[in-house]
Amino acid sequence: MLELWDGLLAAGRLLISFDPDLLEIALRSLQVTGVALIVASLIALPLAALLAVRRFRLRRATIAVLNALMGLPPVVVGLVVYVILSRSGPLGVLGLLFTPTAMIIAQVIIIVPLIASVGHQSLRDLWAEYHDLLLSMNTTQRQRIMTLLWDGRRALLTAALAGFGRGIGEVGAIMIVGGNIDHVTRVMTTAIALETGKGDFALALGLGFVLIALAIMVNLAIHWLSQTERGRRW
Amino acid sequence: MFKHLISAALAALLITPAARAEDLKMAVTTSFHNSGLADVLLPAIKDDTGIDVQLLVVGTGQALRLGAAGDVDAILVHAKAAEEAFVAEGNATHRREIMYNDFVIVGPSADPAGTADADKATTALGAIAAAKAPFVSRGDDSGTHKKELSLWAAAGVTPEGQWYRAVGAGMGAALNTASGMNAYILADRASWLNFGNKGDLALLFAGDPVLFNQYAYLPVNPAKHPHVKAELAVELEEWLTSPRAATLIDGYRVAGEQLFTFNAQAAD
Repeated sequence: MLELWDGLLAAGRLLISFDPDLLEIALRSLQVTGVALIVASLIALPLAALLAVRRFRLRRATIAVLNALMGLPPVVVGLVVYVILSRSGPLGVLGLLFTPTAMIIAQVIIIVPLIASVGHQSLRDLWAEYHDLLLSMNTTQRQRIMTLLWDGRRALLTAALAGFGRGIGEVGAIMIVGGNIDHVTRVMTTAIALETGKGDFALALGLGFVLIALAIMVNLAIHWLSQTERGRRW
Repeated sequence: MFKHLISAALAALLITPAARAEDLKMAVTTSFHNSGLADVLLPAIKDDTGIDVQLLVVGTGQALRLGAAGDVDAILVHAKAAEEAFVAEGNATHRREIMYNDFVIVGPSADPAGTADADKATTALGAIAAAKAPFVSRGDDSGTHKKELSLWAAAGVTPEGQWYRAVGAGMGAALNTASGMNAYILADRASWLNFGNKGDLALLFAGDPVLFNQYAYLPVNPAKHPHVKAELAVELEEWLTSPRAATLIDGYRVAGEQLFTFNAQAAD
């Protein structure tokens, strides 16, 4: 119990002193997961809508696979990305290993199935509602997808925030492909793992509390910006 | 509103740190990094040579793998036999000894196996095995793990059974485990002194020459991996073997104790 208290004190100290190293790794965490989230959303949301409006032969199989991949172990994703980006691997010439780009690639792979699956669930219900209307209006498939994405945006925001949550707290993959290099690829979670390894539990917990606060702030900020949960809006 | 979100996110995308010209990736062992010596040496290297050394902190086994794949420019590890095999396979141009520290046997302060009275490291380990006192092994193919296995072999003991617990983790995590179970463990002195979660553990045995732990620098072979920064690696090696490095390494103290001893030979 005492250590939890020490951790809270350490978090307070880090925040009050406005530690520049903390600011740097916090911003890098946000940058890596933020970019990964945008890229993943650009892939996953249209995919979710497509799975809702279009009937094709492997549709059920695709949905089942996406659902299963929600539980993709990050450490395995990290290892696969590592092997591909390694200098001895197929994409080694790009020299991307141990850069923030490699971390973004790994996180995109981890969160695409989550956003696509959760997004598809909500769009499917919406499609059941809109199906007759959109068909009677003789819309193109593109128009149907755009309509679903726009009218389902609040549910999709939840899907995207779930993806953000999985990415910002993830350590297994980014530790392997990023390497936890100070001032280059060190982020909140890998810094926590490092301090735990040094036995400095107070600092590790302090960083952990800061990370949790950061995740809450991001969620609040996005809800506020998109004005959900307000009167007369849903 | 969604457009604002997206444009804000795109702006974040564009703020990426500028690539540095003179950076060199070096894989080092967890024990070296946890000692805190890196925090002294890296700024000095940056000041003197302008090289930004980016450390990848991994076990010796993984460090050697990174070097063999050409993913780092140099490695600094401590496992002589594995290093010599690494050079023989053409992965590094040569092996240069830099400094040494030593391993210590750490365990519960009550010392149920009586290791503190042992005259040799192998006797101490034999006593632990005979008492079946809990012992935490790194079990991660690191330099420390290899050292531990060679000591068990020298003691004529096959470590197995309930008391022998291989955790497959770095030095810090293994020390945390040992602290949690109040078990014996072989650790390097630097990691032990810097470790913040000692609990009931105490340093019980040290000083046997067999426990000396030689660190060596191996630049990755540019003939095998043309993209490595061989010139920077040579420059770094010159710095690491210079009198300035000697002063910093010998002068590094934790809790008043000298951790590392510089022993690089001048180039022939």
